[in-house]
Amino acid sequence: MGNGTPIGRVRGLGTAHEGAHHWMLQRFTAIGNLVLMTYLVVSFALLGDYGHGTVVKWLAGPLAATAIILLVISVFWHARLGLQVVIEDYIVDAGTKFALIAALNLAIIGGGAFAIFSVAKLAFGGQA
Amino acid sequence: MSQRDQQNPARPLSPHLQIWRWGPHMLVSILHRATGDGMALVGLPLLVWWLAAAASGPEAYATFQSVMGSPLGLLVLVGISWAFFQHMTSGLRHFVLDIGAGYELDTNRAWSVAAPVIGVLLTAAFWAVVLLK
Repeated sequence: MGNGTPIGRVRGLGTAHEGAHHWMLQRFTAIGNLVLMTYLVVSFALLGDYGHGTVVKWLAGPLAATAIILLVISVFWHARLGLQVVIEDYIVDAGTKFALIAALNLAIIGGGAFAIFSVAKLAFGGQA
Repeated sequence: MSQRDQQNPARPLSPHLQIWRWGPHMLVSILHRATGDGMALVGLPLLVWWLAAAASGPEAYATFQSVMGSPLGLLVLVGISWAFFQHMTSGLRHFVLDIGAGYELDTNRAWSVAAPVIGVLLTAAFWAVVLLK
């Protein structure tokens, strides 16, 4: 272990085991998206119609509610990781980049929470 | 924070669309990002609207249905579904590349052409099932 250049200071310490963390999460959520979107697409194909009564009855069932809540988590997480990389690729200014990623996090968490709450409300027997 | 935070702002950023000669590999790569961004920026708000409208009651849901059932709304839905199937096929291609396979020039080119074609076919099949059942 040296004490000069940045690479010299870390050389010989072994892997930190988290350098590919973002990349791995993008893949793990992609697998989740593949499974859960298959469920959603097949459900769309099987639903008799897309009216309120049919959709709410389907969405309030335990399997659909669980799948759609997990879908929202997996898809929103995946979208957040993807948009973060786009921001990092195209935005040079550090302050703008920080602000955009902060806004992205707020939108993802806010939108995801709203979607999950909506499904939970139906599943737990709201008035709708 | 990455090294880029300290880099000279005059340095070019990736990818530079205008200096490459277009090919199927490049098309499928940029389609992957474009469809992903499209779904994130348009598809997710629609997903949230759909779920929230269902939870809010028949009136809110009727508003959603009338907007998305209009010609423009259906065009957006077809576009989102195409973006999904395109992103899915090019994403599956990425999974294969991630395990270190499919880099032979012929194979790589073949799947770069196949991914968008399969994406369009799946989109057509999905809407055929939805509209014809």
